[in-house]
Order: sequence, then C-alpha cells, then structure tokens
Amino acid sequence: MELTPLIQVAGLSFGYSAKTVLKDIDLSIAAGEVVTLLGPNGSGKSTLIKLLLGLLTPARGAVFFKGRDLRRWNPRSLAGEIAYVPQVHTCTFPYKVRDVVLMGRIPHKTFFFHYSRSDQVLADSALDRLSVAHLAECAYTEVSGGERQLTLIARALAQGAKTFFMDEPASGLDYGNQLRLLDQIVKLSRQGYTFVKSTHAPEHALWIADRAVMIKNGVIVANGPCDDVITAENLQDLYNAKVSVLNNGRFRACVPQTICGCMEIAREKERKQAHA
Amino acid sequence: MKTPLRLFAMLAVLLVVTVGVSLTLGRYPVSLADLFRFLAYRLFGWGEMSPDACRLFQSLFFDIRLPRILAAALIGASLSVAGGTFQAMFVNPLVSPGLLGVLAGASFGAALSMILFENWLAVQLGTFMFGFLAVLIALLIARIHKGQATLLLVLGGVISGALFTSLLSIIKYLADPSNQLPAITHWLMGGLSLVDHRTLLLVGIPQLLAILVMILFSGYLNALSMGDDEAKALGVPVERIRLLLIFLATLMSALTVVAAGMIGWVGLIIPHAARMLVGPDNKILVAACAFIGAIYLILVDDVSRLLFSVEIPIGIATSLIGIPFFALILKKAPKGWN
Repeated sequence: MELTPLIQVAGLSFGYSAKTVLKDIDLSIAAGEVVTLLGPNGSGKSTLIKLLLGLLTPARGAVFFKGRDLRRWNPRSLAGEIAYVPQVHTCTFPYKVRDVVLMGRIPHKTFFFHYSRSDQVLADSALDRLSVAHLAECAYTEVSGGERQLTLIARALAQGAKTFFMDEPASGLDYGNQLRLLDQIVKLSRQGYTFVKSTHAPEHALWIADRAVMIKNGVIVANGPCDDVITAENLQDLYNAKVSVLNNGRFRACVPQTICGCMEIAREKERKQAHA
Repeated sequence: MKTPLRLFAMLAVLLVVTVGVSLTLGRYPVSLADLFRFLAYRLFGWGEMSPDACRLFQSLFFDIRLPRILAAALIGASLSVAGGTFQAMFVNPLVSPGLLGVLAGASFGAALSMILFENWLAVQLGTFMFGFLAVLIALLIARIHKGQATLLLVLGGVISGALFTSLLSIIKYLADPSNQLPAITHWLMGGLSLVDHRTLLLVGIPQLLAILVMILFSGYLNALSMGDDEAKALGVPVERIRLLLIFLATLMSALTVVAAGMIGWVGLIIPHAARMLVGPDNKILVAACAFIGAIYLILVDDVSRLLFSVEIPIGIATSLIGIPFFALILKKAPKGWN
C-alpha cells in the first residue's frame, strides 16, 4: 500500500553553537504510521523531535508538514495539526488535570480567550477516551506518573492534532504503565493517529511500531520495518553492546548476551570506530 | 472552583465595603451613617444637610481620604497581579514583582532625583524611568547569553537589581545627611501620605489599564508555566507574550514606587493567599490577586494611619504583617504549590 507522506525531512542539519547534532537527515513519515526513533544518549533523537515540531529551526535543509515548510506554518494552525507529548514531568503549580487538558484548546482560541462549554466537553471526552475521566478534578501534581502521561496525551487529543510527537514517553513509568501506554498508542494509531516517538527500549518499537529509525552521532544508520531493522547486529552497532533478539512466537524481545565485560566491549568498539 | 462569577461578586462587594469603612476611619471622627447621609444627599438630594457640613464631608471624603484609599487599592492590586504573573511565568512561587530589578531601579531613580531636583514631578519621572531602565538592563543581560530564557532573565534581574542597590548606597552616602538623607530613607520605607488627586490620576489610570490587560492575558500563564517548548507547541507566541507581560508588570510596579515608595512583600504573599483561596488556575488567580491585593493594602494603610499617633511607613507595616504570614503559609506549601 502506498501511503502519502505526511512529514518530509530533507537534508536536515542542526547544531547547538559549534557542535553539529544532526547531519543530512532525510526521512519521510506517512499518515497513520507509528515510527520509533532509537539511538544512544546524545545521538540527537530529542533534537530531531524538536525540529519536527518546529521548536528549533534547522541550520540546513527543511521539514515539510503536509507539503509545506514548517517555517511557513502559522504556529497556531500548526498546533491544531501536530502535538507535543513531553516526557512525564511534574509542574510547579498543582493545576487540576482538567485544566492541563484544557491547555490543548489554546490554539483554537482568539487572542483573549475564555474556555467555552464545548472546550470543557472536549477536554472531558479526551480524558474519557483514555479511561482517566475520573481524574479530571485531581491535582496534576498528585496523580501517578502513568496518569500524568495519559493527561498529556489527552491534552494532545483535545488539541485536535492527529500527529503526536513523543519524547521518551515511557521513561519514568513503571512496567505496567509502560504496557498500558503502548496499548493507548496502538488504539489511537488504529483510529488514524500518527506517532513519532523516541525510546530507549527497542522492545517498545518491536511490539507496537511500524518502523524504526536508528540514529547515531547525528546520522540515520538504519531505517525500515522494525522486524528488519531491529536485529542483533544493528543493536550491537547502535548501542555498543552484545544483544540477541529472541522470539517467543508472539513478541520479540532483546536479551543481552553478556553483562560482565560490557564496559570493555563498548570501549573496544569505540576504539575501532574511532580508527575507521 | 464552583462559580468564579460568584466569587468575584463577593470579592467586589468586600472591596466596596472596605473602601466605605476606610473612608470613615481617621483622625476626624465620622460614622458610616454620616457617610451614607452625605452620599444620599450629594448624589440623590435625599435628606437634609447644612452647607457647612456638606463642605466638610466633601473635603474629608473626596479630597483627603478617597485618593489615598484608591491609590492604596491600585498599588495593592498592581503589586499582587505583577507578583502572581511573575510567579507563573518564571515557574517559581518565591518570585516577587521586583525580580527583574524594577523596584531597585525605581528606588535609585527616586533618590537620585530627590538630590538633583526640587520639583516633585521631576522626582516622579526619574523614579519611573529608572524602574524601566533597570528592567531593560536585565533584559539586555539575558539577551547576550544563549540558554534557558527564564533562567537568564532571573540572573539578569539579580545583576541589575544589585547594580541599582549599590548605586542607591552611593547616593545615600553622598546625600546631605541633615535633610536629603532622611527624606530618601523615609521615602524608601513607603507611604501614601503624599497621594493627591493629580498623583492618583497620573499613576492610577495606567495602573488600572495595565491590571485589566494582565487579567485578559492571564489565560496564557498556565501554558507558560509548563515551560517554553510546551507552550510553543500549543501555539502560544511565548516570546511576545512574555515581553508584553514584563512590560506591563514593570509599568505597574514602577508606578507603585512613584506613588508611594517601596512597599515590599505584597507581591509575594498575596498571590499565595489568593492561591489558597481560589486554587492555582491562573485564569482565575490573577483577577483574584487584583481584588485581594487591593483589599489588603487598604487595610494595611488603615492600620499604618491609625494604630499609633504617628503614621507608620506602610512598607514597614506590610513587611511586619507579611513575614509571619509567609512563615505560616510555607508550612502549607505543598497544598499551594509543589
């Protein structure tokens, strides 16, 4: 099936001051896809997500959303199309969960705004879709990490966006909440939502993503269907660690070949890469 | 929050009552009944009143007490609204309106102008301009460096505030110790005794407008307090709104120094009190800050006029009341903010 490209990244480079973070990134993402970005710490995943959201401006190249350069989008109308689901955080002030979700209505308001009855209904129904409607009156600072992550997804839903960018959405969640988060992503992607998310758990890509994009030192080193890309060999190159990918018939999982001596293996690999 | 409308109606009634009662308080004894009799006669021609009594009440209520009460209300509202807005914008509940150096700059401006000029209007102008200059320096310092915008602004404010505080010390050191120095010191303790009709118009109208615009923009504060990236991803023009809010807060705060010298603590504690009353949602909080701050400063001014035979500088009164209050609510901190 040929999917129309929703997001097109062409020759994208970016750097903070003198240091180059991303080099010549080409990437295209179709509507309805679940794409996972994999890569070691500092590889440029978060930076790429910020560039895709238009929060950073590329040094070279461009990001096109629906065929138009992000820089030519009005921020308000762009916010009605794409949403940012940040890593779970606490905020300083104990806003109610409903008030956090209501923030998603900001792009649809005029300059001086007032949340209408229908905004309230949209916020509540977004919470309901994620089965956390009972939290509406709770303080965002007092619910669990998993519930906060769901609140942030509800905000993205209330925003009316169909494309979600998630920066390590599973980090900080307990094991059960991680699985429930993946469940919600799968459900929403079946309804036509597009997901671009980064993760440190290759399994999460294997279990729910259509495609994995591996980034190392600011360049894409592998890009394709998860089953093809997430292989023992690629993982070893990506993370400098000896890993096998096992299959239990339904799901695949990554298992280390060794723990002892990991340090030495990584150092050895880094030295070889430096020589090459 | 059940119905914000009912809450605001209640606060408005409370404000009117506070103004009314405060009108009857002072050296010259009048009762609330006198006030009502005078208002009924003056506004609707009801009842009877001798021309002498009428003239006396007219000058007592409208010329002497009302300007001072209204100035207190607007100053209290300004400092509280500016403080509440800064706390949300800088995502820090310990922040007060002087964060970017406006109060330090305005104090220096007042002291410098008191030495240089005889004219009171010139002193007021100098106060106002140096308040703005201090914030401008803070913004420029923040602009030089790259990094997290709010943090850099705070650091810029610390530097600018320190600069003008030390410049103020130089002025104090150079001032004539027999009359200039006491005048400066007294001014910096804060006081509303110099407020007249002209000052009220000059200072009050821009303050009132700034307060209203701040309330209109308060809906953006929730998003701003989640951090720049999130707010931008929600379509909020972060830089523009932040600059506008800083401008308005600087305008309001500098004008409080113009009207009444340094009045501390109001902008820090009233937003906390308001947060305990109406919750942290800034759409409601900022407007509540305006009412509560107005009521609070009228009451403190009443106390500072009446408690002793000599007037206590209001800045001292707000600190003396504010410090124990703040110590008390710090214990309750996790309920109001995390």
